[in-house]
Amino acid sequence: MNVWLAIVATAVGAYAVKLAGLLVPEGVLERPVVRRLAALLPAALLAALTAQQTFADGRVLVLDARAAGLAAAAVALVLRAPFLLVVAAAVVVTAGVRAMTG
Amino acid sequence: MDRGAEGKPDAAVVRDALGVGIAVGLSGFAFGVTSAGSGMTLAQTCVLSLLVFTGASQFALVGALAAGSNPFTAAAGAFFLSVRNAFYGLRLSQLLALPRVVRPFAAQWVIDETTAVSLAQPSRRAARLGFTVTGLSLYVLWNVTTLLGALGAEAIGDTGAWGLDAAGPAVFLALLAPMLRTATERVVAGLAVLLGLGLLPVLPAGVPVLAAALAAPLVLFLTGGRGSARPGGEGR
Repeated sequence: MNVWLAIVATAVGAYAVKLAGLLVPEGVLERPVVRRLAALLPAALLAALTAQQTFADGRVLVLDARAAGLAAAAVALVLRAPFLLVVAAAVVVTAGVRAMTG
Repeated sequence: MDRGAEGKPDAAVVRDALGVGIAVGLSGFAFGVTSAGSGMTLAQTCVLSLLVFTGASQFALVGALAAGSNPFTAAAGAFFLSVRNAFYGLRLSQLLALPRVVRPFAAQWVIDETTAVSLAQPSRRAARLGFTVTGLSLYVLWNVTTLLGALGAEAIGDTGAWGLDAAGPAVFLALLAPMLRTATERVVAGLAVLLGLGLLPVLPAGVPVLAAALAAPLVLFLTGGRGSARPGGEGR
């Protein structure tokens, strides 16, 4: 039930934000500070999410096969690999390291 | 062959739009697998792709719920990730000049990829065509591959053994990489990593991510006018 609550809240919020951009009169969102904040906010959130989903096990910090997978994804990104290949590199390396280390 | 006012053939616009729509639409597989691996049911996974339809928020929500976050904290993190779409909408409303009755229907497709394709077109006619074709192809494919990914994950059982739990962070990294063009953006990301990991043991699940988001206003405040006066990096 809680999961559905979160899904509905996210769906309503995400749609409202998209529609707001199309309906809000020009000028309201055009202030430089607001624009800068909107551009920086995703960078902060994505960086924190990347780190947590790589190094967290519950509320404990760990270093395991996922770190090797993320490193592989980073290398793929530097080599300008397509999106799906970046994800595939992380998955394959994580599985490989996990298989080798048991 | 139909041509727009500035001479870009409709077929060329459709080809560009389909290229983006198909390439990105296929990554619905990654979401379906990650979502099912995080314990979402098939229905929950599919409803997320149908109704939320903005990738980063979907990944963030299932990740937060899997980590034991309460539903409102999880939804807040996903919501903040989607705020950028409002600014895309603002750009698109000027560019596409959609009739008011059409806007509620077009809104669901206002995301990174449709905005990028529309902004790249030379005329309003091409922008509208690009928006529609990218939006339609991406929406259909994203939802089909979400379903297939979730079914696949359920079929293979333990997604961790296959390394599929690394798909989520890899997706976030791929989305983050193009955002790190300036020093300000890198400092924000670095500070967010420290906050997100440092606060993990002391705050309830889901809250550290929201606290890490404070890195953005904090760095903006500390850099003062310099941050907002610089013309680069305001393109999104």
